[in-house]
Amino acid sequence: MNLFVLMKRTFDTEEKIVIETGKIQDDGAEWIINPYDEYAIEEAIQLKEKHGGTITAVTVGGEEAEKELRTALAMGCDQAVLINIEDDLEEPDQYSISQVLYHYMKDQEFDLILGGNVAIDGGSGQVAPRLAELLDIPCITTITKLEINGTDAEAERDVEGDVEKIKTTLPLLVTAQQGLNEPRYPSLPGIMKAKKKPLEELELDDLDLDEEDAEPKLKTIERFLPPKKEAGKLLQGEPAEQAKELVSLLRSEAKVI
Amino acid sequence: MGKKVIVLGEIRDGELRNVTFEAIAAGRTISGDGEVIGVLIGENVQSIAQELIHYGADKVLTAEDPKLKTYTADGYSQVMRGVIEQENPDSVIFGHTAMGKDLSPKLAARLQTGLISDAIDVSVTGGNVVFTRPIYSGKAFERVISTDPMIFATIRPNNIQASEKDTSRSGSIESIDVSLTDLRTVIQEVVKKTADGVDLSEAKIIVAGGRGVKSKEGFQPLQELAEVLGAAVGASRGACDADYCDYALQIGQTGKVVTPDLYIACGISGAIQHLAGMSNSKVIVAINKDPEADIFKIADYGIVGDLFEVVPLLTEEFKQLNIHS
Repeated sequence: MNLFVLMKRTFDTEEKIVIETGKIQDDGAEWIINPYDEYAIEEAIQLKEKHGGTITAVTVGGEEAEKELRTALAMGCDQAVLINIEDDLEEPDQYSISQVLYHYMKDQEFDLILGGNVAIDGGSGQVAPRLAELLDIPCITTITKLEINGTDAEAERDVEGDVEKIKTTLPLLVTAQQGLNEPRYPSLPGIMKAKKKPLEELELDDLDLDEEDAEPKLKTIERFLPPKKEAGKLLQGEPAEQAKELVSLLRSEAKVI
Repeated sequence: MGKKVIVLGEIRDGELRNVTFEAIAAGRTISGDGEVIGVLIGENVQSIAQELIHYGADKVLTAEDPKLKTYTADGYSQVMRGVIEQENPDSVIFGHTAMGKDLSPKLAARLQTGLISDAIDVSVTGGNVVFTRPIYSGKAFERVISTDPMIFATIRPNNIQASEKDTSRSGSIESIDVSLTDLRTVIQEVVKKTADGVDLSEAKIIVAGGRGVKSKEGFQPLQELAEVLGAAVGASRGACDADYCDYALQIGQTGKVVTPDLYIACGISGAIQHLAGMSNSKVIVAINKDPEADIFKIADYGIVGDLFEVVPLLTEEFKQLNIHS
Protein backbone atom coordinates (compact mmCIF):
# COMPACT_ATOMS: atom_id res chain seq x y z
CA MET A 1 0.00 0.00 0.00
CA ASN A 2 1.14 3.53 -0.70
CA LEU A 3 0.50 5.25 2.60
CA PHE A 4 0.90 8.94 3.35
CA VAL A 5 0.66 10.48 6.80
CA LEU A 6 -0.01 14.18 7.31
CA MET A 7 1.56 15.52 10.46
CA LYS A 8 2.52 18.73 12.16
CA ARG A 9 4.43 19.74 15.24
CA THR A 10 2.74 21.51 18.12
CA PHE A 11 3.71 22.82 21.54
CA ASP A 12 4.01 20.18 24.22
CA THR A 13 0.82 20.05 26.26
CA GLU A 14 2.62 21.35 29.35
CA GLU A 15 3.48 24.64 27.63
CA LYS A 16 2.03 27.87 28.96
CA ILE A 17 1.11 30.30 26.20
CA VAL A 18 2.91 33.64 26.07
CA ILE A 19 1.72 36.41 23.80
CA GLU A 20 3.97 39.34 22.90
CA THR A 21 3.35 41.95 20.22
CA GLY A 22 0.24 40.04 19.26
CA LYS A 23 2.14 36.86 18.46
CA ILE A 24 2.53 33.55 20.24
CA GLN A 25 6.09 33.32 21.61
CA ASP A 26 7.90 30.04 21.08
CA ASP A 27 11.40 30.67 22.48
CA GLY A 28 12.43 27.72 24.55
CA ALA A 29 9.20 25.90 23.86
CA GLU A 30 9.08 22.10 23.82
CA TRP A 31 7.61 20.67 20.63
CA ILE A 32 5.95 17.36 19.96
CA ILE A 33 4.18 15.66 17.09
CA ASN A 34 0.53 16.69 17.32
CA PRO A 35 -0.90 13.87 19.48
CA TYR A 36 -3.69 13.10 17.02
CA ASP A 37 -1.15 12.78 14.20
CA GLU A 38 0.64 10.15 16.27
CA TYR A 39 -2.45 7.95 16.01
CA ALA A 40 -2.28 8.40 12.24
CA ILE A 41 1.40 7.43 12.13
CA GLU A 42 0.80 4.36 14.30
CA GLU A 43 -2.13 3.27 12.16
CA ALA A 44 -0.06 3.58 9.01
CA ILE A 45 2.69 1.46 10.55
CA GLN A 46 0.19 -1.22 11.57
CA LEU A 47 -1.33 -1.23 8.08
CA LYS A 48 2.11 -1.59 6.56
CA GLU A 49 2.85 -4.49 8.92
CA LYS A 50 -0.33 -6.13 7.69
CA HIS A 51 -0.41 -5.26 3.99
CA GLY A 52 3.13 -4.21 3.13
CA GLY A 53 3.97 -1.00 1.33
CA THR A 54 5.61 2.35 2.01
CA ILE A 55 4.81 5.11 4.44
CA THR A 56 5.66 8.72 3.63
CA ALA A 57 5.32 11.26 6.45
CA VAL A 58 4.56 14.75 5.16
CA THR A 59 4.65 18.02 7.01
CA VAL A 60 4.22 21.65 6.04
CA GLY A 61 6.24 24.04 8.16
CA GLY A 62 9.70 25.40 8.79
CA GLU A 63 13.21 24.02 9.02
CA GLU A 64 12.82 22.79 12.60
CA ALA A 65 9.96 20.50 11.67
CA GLU A 66 12.64 18.07 10.48
CA LYS A 67 13.01 16.95 14.07
CA GLU A 68 9.44 15.72 14.32
CA LEU A 69 9.71 14.08 10.90
CA ARG A 70 12.72 12.11 12.18
CA THR A 71 10.60 10.97 15.11
CA ALA A 72 7.96 9.72 12.68
CA LEU A 73 10.70 7.90 10.78
CA ALA A 74 11.97 6.46 14.04
CA MET A 75 8.49 5.16 14.84
CA GLY A 76 8.45 3.33 11.51
CA CYS A 77 7.71 5.59 8.56
CA ASP A 78 9.93 4.91 5.55
CA GLN A 79 10.52 8.38 4.19
CA ALA A 80 9.62 11.93 4.96
CA VAL A 81 8.84 15.14 3.12
CA LEU A 82 9.18 18.61 4.58
CA ILE A 83 7.41 21.28 2.58
CA ASN A 84 9.15 24.39 3.84
CA ILE A 85 6.92 27.44 3.52
CA GLU A 86 8.78 29.65 5.99
CA ASP A 87 10.06 32.06 3.36
CA ASP A 88 6.96 32.06 1.20
CA LEU A 89 3.86 32.13 3.39
CA GLU A 90 3.89 34.34 6.45
CA GLU A 91 0.59 33.60 8.14
CA PRO A 92 -0.96 30.73 6.20
CA ASP A 93 -4.46 29.61 7.08
CA GLN A 94 -6.10 26.25 6.52
CA TYR A 95 -6.88 27.18 2.93
CA SER A 96 -3.17 27.92 2.32
CA ILE A 97 -1.88 24.71 3.91
CA SER A 98 -4.38 22.53 2.09
CA GLN A 99 -3.42 24.16 -1.21
CA VAL A 100 0.24 23.40 -0.51
CA LEU A 101 -0.53 19.78 0.39
CA TYR A 102 -2.77 19.40 -2.64
CA HIS A 103 -0.09 20.57 -5.02
CA TYR A 104 2.24 17.98 -3.52
CA MET A 105 -0.20 15.05 -3.22
CA LYS A 106 -1.75 15.40 -6.66
CA ASP A 107 1.49 14.12 -8.17
CA GLN A 108 1.83 11.19 -5.76
CA GLU A 109 0.55 7.63 -6.06
CA PHE A 110 -1.42 6.95 -2.93
CA ASP A 111 -3.94 4.43 -1.63
CA LEU A 112 -4.55 5.93 1.77
CA ILE A 113 -3.79 9.26 3.42
CA LEU A 114 -3.99 9.46 7.20
CA GLY A 115 -3.93 12.47 9.50
CA GLY A 116 -4.95 13.45 12.99
CA ASN A 117 -8.52 14.75 13.19
CA VAL A 118 -7.46 18.01 14.80
CA ALA A 119 -4.31 19.81 15.90
CA ILE A 120 -4.18 20.79 19.54
CA ASP A 121 -2.87 24.27 18.72
CA GLY A 122 -5.08 25.47 15.87
CA GLY A 123 -8.04 23.36 16.89
CA SER A 124 -9.97 23.66 13.62
CA GLY A 125 -9.48 20.21 12.07
CA GLN A 126 -9.89 21.55 8.54
CA VAL A 127 -6.76 20.77 6.58
CA ALA A 128 -7.21 17.03 6.05
CA PRO A 129 -10.87 17.15 4.93
CA ARG A 130 -10.04 20.10 2.67
CA LEU A 131 -7.24 18.10 1.08
CA ALA A 132 -9.54 15.16 0.45
CA GLU A 133 -12.03 17.41 -1.28
CA LEU A 134 -9.32 18.95 -3.47
CA LEU A 135 -8.10 15.47 -4.39
CA ASP A 136 -11.70 14.41 -4.95
CA ILE A 137 -11.44 11.38 -2.71
CA PRO A 138 -13.77 10.33 0.12
CA CYS A 139 -12.81 11.39 3.62
CA ILE A 140 -13.80 9.79 6.91
CA THR A 141 -13.03 11.88 9.98
CA THR A 142 -12.55 10.87 13.62
CA ILE A 143 -12.00 7.15 12.99
CA THR A 144 -11.57 4.77 15.88
CA LYS A 145 -11.05 1.66 13.78
CA LEU A 146 -9.97 0.93 10.20
CA GLU A 147 -9.83 -2.21 8.13
CA ILE A 148 -8.61 -2.47 4.58
CA ASN A 149 -9.49 -5.38 2.30
CA GLY A 150 -8.07 -4.89 -1.16
CA THR A 151 -9.68 -1.63 -2.23
CA ASP A 152 -12.50 -1.85 0.31
CA ALA A 153 -12.28 0.13 3.51
CA GLU A 154 -14.42 -0.30 6.60
CA ALA A 155 -14.12 2.20 9.39
CA GLU A 156 -15.71 2.99 12.70
CA ARG A 157 -15.93 6.59 13.65
CA ASP A 158 -16.74 8.51 16.76
CA VAL A 159 -19.75 10.77 16.32
CA GLU A 160 -20.18 12.58 19.64
CA GLY A 161 -20.16 9.31 21.55
CA ASP A 162 -22.06 7.20 19.01
CA VAL A 163 -20.12 4.76 16.84
CA GLU A 164 -20.79 4.90 13.12
CA LYS A 165 -19.80 1.93 10.97
CA ILE A 166 -19.03 3.13 7.51
CA LYS A 167 -17.92 1.52 4.29
CA THR A 168 -16.13 3.02 1.33
CA THR A 169 -13.33 2.38 -1.15
CA LEU A 170 -9.73 3.43 -1.74
CA PRO A 171 -8.21 5.86 -2.45
CA LEU A 172 -9.31 7.41 0.80
CA LEU A 173 -8.35 9.96 3.43
CA VAL A 174 -9.02 9.28 7.10
CA THR A 175 -8.45 11.34 10.23
CA ALA A 176 -7.69 9.74 13.56
CA GLN A 177 -9.59 10.08 16.80
CA GLN A 178 -8.32 9.11 20.23
CA GLY A 179 -8.80 5.41 20.79
CA LEU A 180 -7.77 4.39 17.27
CA ASN A 181 -4.62 2.76 18.61
CA GLU A 182 -1.78 3.22 21.09
CA PRO A 183 1.12 4.99 19.38
CA ARG A 184 4.46 3.26 19.97
CA TYR A 185 7.50 4.98 21.36
CA PRO A 186 10.38 5.13 18.90
CA SER A 187 12.87 2.41 19.76
CA LEU A 188 16.60 3.10 19.97
CA PRO A 189 17.33 1.08 16.80
CA GLY A 190 14.43 2.97 15.20
CA ILE A 191 15.98 6.30 16.10
CA MET A 192 19.32 5.22 14.64
CA LYS A 193 17.74 3.99 11.41
CA ALA A 194 15.73 7.20 11.11
CA LYS A 195 18.89 9.25 10.64
CA LYS A 196 19.53 7.47 7.35
CA LYS A 197 15.98 7.35 6.01
CA PRO A 198 15.25 9.71 3.10
CA LEU A 199 13.97 13.15 4.08
CA GLU A 200 13.16 15.43 1.18
CA GLU A 201 12.76 19.17 1.55
CA LEU A 202 10.57 21.03 -0.91
CA GLU A 203 9.47 24.62 -1.32
CA LEU A 204 6.54 26.22 -3.14
CA ASP A 205 8.63 26.57 -6.32
CA ASP A 206 9.11 22.80 -6.40
CA LEU A 207 5.36 22.34 -6.26
CA ASP A 208 4.65 24.72 -9.09
CA LEU A 209 2.54 26.78 -6.73
CA ASP A 210 2.49 30.56 -6.71
CA GLU A 211 2.33 32.34 -3.36
CA GLU A 212 -0.76 34.18 -4.59
CA ASP A 213 -2.61 30.90 -5.06
CA ALA A 214 -1.96 29.90 -1.47
CA GLU A 215 -2.73 33.24 0.14
CA PRO A 216 -4.81 32.92 3.27
CA LYS A 217 -8.48 33.88 3.26
CA LEU A 218 -8.50 34.63 6.97
CA LYS A 219 -6.61 37.13 9.08
CA THR A 220 -6.01 37.04 12.81
CA ILE A 221 -6.39 40.55 14.12
CA GLU A 222 -5.82 39.87 17.79
CA ARG A 223 -4.54 37.19 20.14
CA PHE A 224 -5.11 37.28 23.88
CA LEU A 225 -4.99 35.22 27.03
CA PRO A 226 -8.14 34.52 29.03
CA PRO A 227 -8.52 36.59 32.20
CA LYS A 228 -6.55 34.93 34.97
CA LYS A 229 -8.90 32.92 37.14
CA GLU A 230 -8.68 33.89 40.78
CA ALA A 231 -8.79 31.24 43.47
CA GLY A 232 -12.28 31.20 44.90
CA LYS A 233 -13.95 30.25 48.16
CA LEU A 234 -12.88 27.21 50.14
CA LEU A 235 -15.97 26.05 51.99
CA GLN A 236 -15.60 25.16 55.65
CA GLY A 237 -17.27 22.82 58.08
CA GLU A 238 -18.49 19.25 58.00
CA PRO A 239 -19.31 17.68 54.61
CA ALA A 240 -23.04 18.11 55.22
CA GLU A 241 -22.58 21.80 55.94
CA GLN A 242 -20.26 22.25 52.97
CA ALA A 243 -22.81 20.63 50.67
CA LYS A 244 -25.61 22.85 51.95
CA GLU A 245 -23.53 25.99 51.62
CA LEU A 246 -22.39 25.07 48.11
CA VAL A 247 -25.93 24.52 46.86
CA SER A 248 -27.00 27.82 48.38
CA LEU A 249 -24.07 29.69 46.79
CA LEU A 250 -24.65 28.10 43.40
CA ARG A 251 -28.21 29.32 43.51
CA SER A 252 -27.92 32.75 45.04
CA GLU A 253 -24.41 33.91 44.25
CA ALA A 254 -23.28 32.09 41.13
CA LYS A 255 -26.85 31.78 39.86
CA VAL A 256 -26.13 28.68 37.81
CA ILE A 257 -28.82 26.47 39.34
CA MET B 1 -26.79 46.68 2.95
CA GLY B 2 -27.48 43.58 4.97
CA LYS B 3 -25.86 40.24 4.29
CA LYS B 4 -27.56 37.04 3.21
CA VAL B 5 -26.65 34.27 5.65
CA ILE B 6 -27.39 30.58 5.33
CA VAL B 7 -27.54 28.50 8.50
CA LEU B 8 -27.43 24.72 8.27
CA GLY B 9 -29.74 23.31 10.90
CA GLU B 10 -29.07 20.09 12.69
CA ILE B 11 -31.57 17.51 13.83
CA ARG B 12 -31.11 14.87 16.48
CA ASP B 13 -33.79 12.36 17.43
CA GLY B 14 -36.37 14.31 15.47
CA GLU B 15 -35.65 17.61 17.21
CA LEU B 16 -33.60 20.64 16.32
CA ARG B 17 -30.38 20.85 18.33
CA ASN B 18 -29.83 23.94 20.48
CA VAL B 19 -26.73 24.85 18.53
CA THR B 20 -28.96 25.48 15.49
CA PHE B 21 -30.82 28.26 17.31
CA GLU B 22 -27.48 29.67 18.45
CA ALA B 23 -26.23 29.55 14.87
CA ILE B 24 -29.30 31.47 13.70
CA ALA B 25 -28.56 34.15 16.30
CA ALA B 26 -24.98 34.32 14.99
CA GLY B 27 -26.44 34.55 11.50
CA ARG B 28 -28.62 37.47 12.55
CA THR B 29 -25.57 39.31 13.88
CA ILE B 30 -23.71 38.74 10.64
CA SER B 31 -26.66 39.62 8.44
CA GLY B 32 -27.29 43.02 9.98
CA ASP B 33 -30.57 43.96 8.37
CA GLY B 34 -30.21 41.25 5.74
CA GLU B 35 -31.71 37.80 5.43
CA VAL B 36 -31.14 34.62 7.40
CA ILE B 37 -32.07 31.41 5.64
CA GLY B 38 -32.28 28.14 7.52
CA VAL B 39 -31.57 24.87 5.75
CA LEU B 40 -32.87 21.52 6.95
CA ILE B 41 -31.73 18.27 5.39
CA GLY B 42 -33.06 14.81 6.12
CA GLU B 43 -36.31 12.92 5.98
CA ASN B 44 -39.61 14.43 7.14
CA VAL B 45 -38.09 17.72 8.22
CA GLN B 46 -40.90 19.99 7.01
CA SER B 47 -42.74 19.74 10.31
CA ILE B 48 -39.93 21.22 12.37
CA ALA B 49 -38.90 23.87 9.86
CA GLN B 50 -41.25 26.42 11.43
CA GLU B 51 -39.18 26.42 14.59
CA LEU B 52 -36.22 27.92 12.72
CA ILE B 53 -38.42 30.89 11.82
CA HIS B 54 -39.49 31.25 15.44
CA TYR B 55 -35.84 31.49 16.44
CA GLY B 56 -35.01 34.13 13.88
CA ALA B 57 -34.72 32.70 10.38
CA ASP B 58 -36.56 34.61 7.63
CA LYS B 59 -37.10 31.57 5.47
CA VAL B 60 -36.31 27.86 5.53
CA LEU B 61 -35.25 25.59 2.70
CA THR B 62 -35.86 21.89 3.22
CA ALA B 63 -34.23 19.02 1.36
CA GLU B 64 -35.85 15.65 1.93
CA ASP B 65 -34.79 12.26 0.65
CA PRO B 66 -34.43 8.84 2.26
CA LYS B 67 -30.73 8.95 1.32
CA LEU B 68 -30.37 12.10 3.45
CA LYS B 69 -31.85 10.60 6.60
CA THR B 70 -28.38 9.99 8.00
CA TYR B 71 -25.64 12.53 7.44
CA THR B 72 -23.10 11.76 4.75
CA ALA B 73 -20.60 14.35 3.52
CA ASP B 74 -21.43 13.58 -0.11
CA GLY B 75 -25.18 13.83 0.33
CA TYR B 76 -25.25 16.97 2.46
CA SER B 77 -22.51 18.62 0.44
CA GLN B 78 -24.49 18.15 -2.76
CA VAL B 79 -27.55 19.73 -1.19
CA MET B 80 -25.58 22.65 0.28
CA ARG B 81 -23.84 23.33 -3.02
CA GLY B 82 -27.26 23.49 -4.69
CA VAL B 83 -28.54 25.87 -2.02
CA ILE B 84 -25.47 28.09 -2.28
CA GLU B 85 -25.80 28.22 -6.04
CA GLN B 86 -29.46 29.08 -5.80
CA GLU B 87 -29.20 31.70 -3.05
CA ASN B 88 -25.74 33.18 -3.63
CA PRO B 89 -25.19 33.95 0.07
CA ASP B 90 -22.56 36.11 1.74
CA SER B 91 -22.12 33.71 4.60
CA VAL B 92 -22.77 30.09 5.61
CA ILE B 93 -22.89 29.13 9.29
CA PHE B 94 -22.74 25.65 10.83
CA GLY B 95 -22.72 24.32 14.37
CA HIS B 96 -19.26 23.07 15.42
CA THR B 97 -20.62 19.58 15.86
CA ALA B 98 -19.52 16.23 14.44
CA MET B 99 -21.53 17.03 11.33
CA GLY B 100 -20.39 20.64 11.10
CA LYS B 101 -16.74 19.72 11.59
CA ASP B 102 -16.94 17.09 8.90
CA LEU B 103 -18.93 19.02 6.31
CA SER B 104 -17.76 22.62 6.59
CA PRO B 105 -14.11 22.14 5.54
CA LYS B 106 -15.13 19.99 2.58
CA LEU B 107 -17.60 22.61 1.41
CA ALA B 108 -15.12 25.43 2.02
CA ALA B 109 -12.48 23.62 -0.03
CA ARG B 110 -14.92 22.98 -2.85
CA LEU B 111 -15.91 26.65 -2.94
CA GLN B 112 -12.36 27.88 -2.26
CA THR B 113 -13.37 29.93 0.75
CA GLY B 114 -11.87 30.47 4.16
CA LEU B 115 -13.51 28.85 7.18
CA ILE B 116 -13.49 30.06 10.76
CA SER B 117 -13.97 27.05 13.01
CA ASP B 118 -15.24 26.85 16.58
CA ALA B 119 -16.23 30.49 17.11
CA ILE B 120 -17.39 31.34 20.62
CA ASP B 121 -18.42 34.87 19.71
CA VAL B 122 -19.40 36.88 16.64
CA SER B 123 -19.58 40.64 16.46
CA VAL B 124 -19.58 43.34 13.84
CA THR B 125 -16.89 45.96 14.44
CA GLY B 126 -15.82 48.65 12.04
CA GLY B 127 -17.48 47.01 9.10
CA ASN B 128 -15.85 43.64 9.79
CA VAL B 129 -17.49 40.49 11.07
CA VAL B 130 -15.12 39.46 13.85
CA PHE B 131 -15.07 35.93 15.20
CA THR B 132 -13.47 34.99 18.51
CA ARG B 133 -12.17 31.46 18.83
CA PRO B 134 -10.07 29.42 21.23
CA ILE B 135 -6.57 28.25 20.32
CA TYR B 136 -4.27 25.88 22.21
CA SER B 137 -7.39 24.22 23.62
CA GLY B 138 -8.55 27.45 25.20
CA LYS B 139 -5.23 28.46 26.76
CA ALA B 140 -5.49 31.50 24.48
CA PHE B 141 -7.94 33.12 22.07
CA GLU B 142 -7.78 34.82 18.71
CA ARG B 143 -10.03 37.21 16.84
CA VAL B 144 -10.31 36.42 13.17
CA ILE B 145 -11.84 38.07 10.12
CA SER B 146 -12.34 36.83 6.61
CA THR B 147 -10.41 38.78 4.00
CA ASP B 148 -12.62 37.19 1.38
CA PRO B 149 -16.19 38.46 0.94
CA MET B 150 -17.54 34.93 1.61
CA ILE B 151 -17.75 34.09 5.31
CA PHE B 152 -17.94 30.44 6.34
CA ALA B 153 -17.92 29.68 10.04
CA THR B 154 -18.81 27.06 12.63
CA ILE B 155 -19.94 28.07 16.08
CA ARG B 156 -19.22 26.23 19.29
CA PRO B 157 -22.37 25.01 21.09
CA ASN B 158 -23.44 26.76 24.28
CA ASN B 159 -21.49 29.97 23.75
CA ILE B 160 -23.59 32.24 21.59
CA GLN B 161 -26.98 33.15 22.99
CA ALA B 162 -29.95 32.02 20.93
CA SER B 163 -32.71 34.60 20.48
CA GLU B 164 -35.94 34.24 22.43
CA LYS B 165 -38.41 31.99 20.67
CA ASP B 166 -41.07 34.13 18.99
CA THR B 167 -43.99 32.09 17.72
CA SER B 168 -45.51 35.15 16.08
CA ARG B 169 -42.66 35.25 13.55
CA SER B 170 -43.56 34.03 10.11
CA GLY B 171 -41.57 33.16 7.04
CA SER B 172 -41.70 30.91 4.02
CA ILE B 173 -40.75 27.26 4.02
CA GLU B 174 -39.70 26.00 0.60
CA SER B 175 -38.62 22.56 -0.42
CA ILE B 176 -35.59 22.13 -2.66
CA ASP B 177 -35.39 19.55 -5.38
CA VAL B 178 -32.87 16.91 -4.53
CA SER B 179 -31.19 14.69 -7.07
CA LEU B 180 -28.28 12.94 -5.49
CA THR B 181 -25.48 11.26 -7.34
CA ASP B 182 -23.89 8.19 -5.81
CA LEU B 183 -22.69 8.56 -2.27
CA ARG B 184 -19.13 7.33 -1.89
CA THR B 185 -19.52 6.34 1.74
CA VAL B 186 -22.20 4.06 3.07
CA ILE B 187 -23.28 4.10 6.69
CA GLN B 188 -23.87 0.50 7.65
CA GLU B 189 -24.81 0.98 11.26
CA VAL B 190 -24.93 3.55 14.01
CA VAL B 191 -24.33 2.21 17.46
CA LYS B 192 -25.71 4.65 19.99
CA LYS B 193 -23.24 4.62 22.83
CA THR B 194 -25.01 6.89 25.24
CA ALA B 195 -28.48 5.48 25.86
CA ASP B 196 -29.65 8.75 27.29
CA GLY B 197 -27.56 11.41 28.91
CA VAL B 198 -26.63 14.89 27.90
CA ASP B 199 -24.07 15.67 25.22
CA LEU B 200 -20.83 16.96 26.77
CA SER B 201 -20.27 19.69 24.22
CA GLU B 202 -23.76 21.14 24.70
CA ALA B 203 -24.15 20.51 28.42
CA LYS B 204 -24.85 23.49 30.63
CA ILE B 205 -23.73 21.52 33.68
CA ILE B 206 -20.98 18.90 33.79
CA VAL B 207 -20.03 16.59 36.64
CA ALA B 208 -16.53 15.24 36.00
CA GLY B 209 -14.46 12.56 37.69
CA GLY B 210 -10.72 12.12 37.90
CA ARG B 211 -8.36 9.51 39.29
CA GLY B 212 -9.90 10.17 42.69
CA VAL B 213 -12.94 8.26 41.53
CA LYS B 214 -10.77 5.15 41.89
CA SER B 215 -12.88 2.70 39.83
CA LYS B 216 -15.66 2.26 37.27
CA GLU B 217 -18.13 1.93 40.13
CA GLY B 218 -16.71 5.13 41.59
CA PHE B 219 -18.52 7.03 38.84
CA GLN B 220 -21.89 5.92 40.21
CA PRO B 221 -22.32 8.79 42.71
CA LEU B 222 -21.30 11.23 39.96
CA GLN B 223 -23.87 9.72 37.59
CA GLU B 224 -26.54 10.17 40.25
CA LEU B 225 -25.60 13.79 40.83
CA ALA B 226 -25.58 14.39 37.09
CA GLU B 227 -29.04 12.87 36.75
CA VAL B 228 -30.53 15.12 39.41
CA LEU B 229 -28.92 18.17 37.77
CA GLY B 230 -29.68 17.20 34.18
CA ALA B 231 -25.94 17.29 33.69
CA ALA B 232 -23.48 15.47 31.46
CA VAL B 233 -20.76 13.30 32.94
CA GLY B 234 -17.15 13.94 31.98
CA ALA B 235 -13.75 12.71 33.06
CA SER B 236 -10.11 13.62 33.20
CA ARG B 237 -7.60 11.74 31.08
CA GLY B 238 -6.31 10.06 34.23
CA ALA B 239 -9.67 8.42 34.86
CA CYS B 240 -9.93 7.29 31.22
CA ASP B 241 -6.38 5.93 31.09
CA ALA B 242 -7.09 4.00 34.30
CA ASP B 243 -10.12 2.52 32.55
CA TYR B 244 -12.66 3.95 34.99
CA CYS B 245 -14.64 5.22 32.05
CA ASP B 246 -14.74 5.50 28.29
CA TYR B 247 -12.52 7.96 26.41
CA ALA B 248 -15.68 9.57 25.06
CA LEU B 249 -15.96 11.29 28.45
CA GLN B 250 -12.48 12.78 28.38
CA ILE B 251 -12.23 16.51 28.85
CA GLY B 252 -8.91 18.16 28.26
CA GLN B 253 -6.34 19.25 25.74
CA THR B 254 -6.50 15.91 23.94
CA GLY B 255 -10.16 15.32 24.67
CA LYS B 256 -13.18 17.56 24.56
CA VAL B 257 -12.97 21.25 25.33
CA VAL B 258 -16.12 22.33 27.16
CA THR B 259 -17.60 25.63 28.29
CA PRO B 260 -20.56 24.80 30.53
CA ASP B 261 -22.21 27.17 32.97
CA LEU B 262 -21.20 24.91 35.85
CA TYR B 263 -18.35 22.40 36.07
CA ILE B 264 -18.11 20.17 39.12
CA ALA B 265 -14.68 18.50 39.28
CA CYS B 266 -14.59 15.48 41.58
CA GLY B 267 -11.27 13.89 42.46
CA ILE B 268 -9.52 15.80 39.67
CA SER B 269 -6.10 17.24 40.53
CA GLY B 270 -6.13 19.92 37.84
CA ALA B 271 -3.26 19.12 35.49
CA ILE B 272 -2.66 21.85 32.91
CA GLN B 273 -3.93 19.59 30.12
CA HIS B 274 -7.24 19.09 31.92
CA LEU B 275 -7.60 22.77 32.77
CA ALA B 276 -7.19 23.58 29.09
CA GLY B 277 -10.35 21.62 28.46
CA MET B 278 -12.58 23.27 31.07
CA SER B 279 -11.07 26.42 32.56
CA ASN B 280 -13.41 28.64 30.56
CA SER B 281 -16.43 27.17 32.31
CA LYS B 282 -18.47 29.95 33.89
CA VAL B 283 -18.45 28.50 37.40
CA ILE B 284 -16.08 25.81 38.64
CA VAL B 285 -16.57 23.69 41.74
CA ALA B 286 -13.75 21.43 42.93
CA ILE B 287 -14.01 18.54 45.36
CA ASN B 288 -10.71 16.92 46.24
CA LYS B 289 -9.04 15.32 49.25
CA ASP B 290 -5.80 17.16 48.57
CA PRO B 291 -5.85 20.83 49.64
CA GLU B 292 -2.78 21.45 47.45
CA ALA B 293 -4.46 20.20 44.28
CA ASP B 294 -4.02 22.67 41.39
CA ILE B 295 -7.73 22.53 40.64
CA PHE B 296 -8.39 24.71 43.69
CA LYS B 297 -6.36 27.52 42.10
CA ILE B 298 -9.03 28.01 39.47
CA ALA B 299 -12.16 26.82 41.24
CA ASP B 300 -14.76 29.37 42.24
CA TYR B 301 -15.86 27.12 45.08
CA GLY B 302 -13.76 24.39 46.64
CA ILE B 303 -14.46 21.63 49.09
CA VAL B 304 -11.48 19.80 50.54
CA GLY B 305 -12.97 16.42 51.28
CA ASP B 306 -13.80 12.92 50.21
CA LEU B 307 -15.92 12.99 47.05
CA PHE B 308 -17.62 9.76 48.12
CA GLU B 309 -18.94 11.63 51.15
CA VAL B 310 -19.57 15.01 49.59
CA VAL B 311 -21.11 14.08 46.22
CA PRO B 312 -24.01 12.02 47.64
CA LEU B 313 -24.71 14.86 50.09
CA LEU B 314 -24.84 17.31 47.20
CA THR B 315 -27.18 14.99 45.32
CA GLU B 316 -29.50 14.95 48.33
CA GLU B 317 -29.44 18.74 48.67
CA PHE B 318 -30.23 19.23 44.96
CA LYS B 319 -32.98 16.60 45.13
CA GLN B 320 -34.61 18.63 47.86
CA LEU B 321 -34.55 21.67 45.61
CA ASN B 322 -36.52 19.64 43.06
CA ILE B 323 -34.33 20.40 40.09
CA HIS B 324 -35.76 19.08 36.85
CA SER B 325 -33.52 17.54 34.17
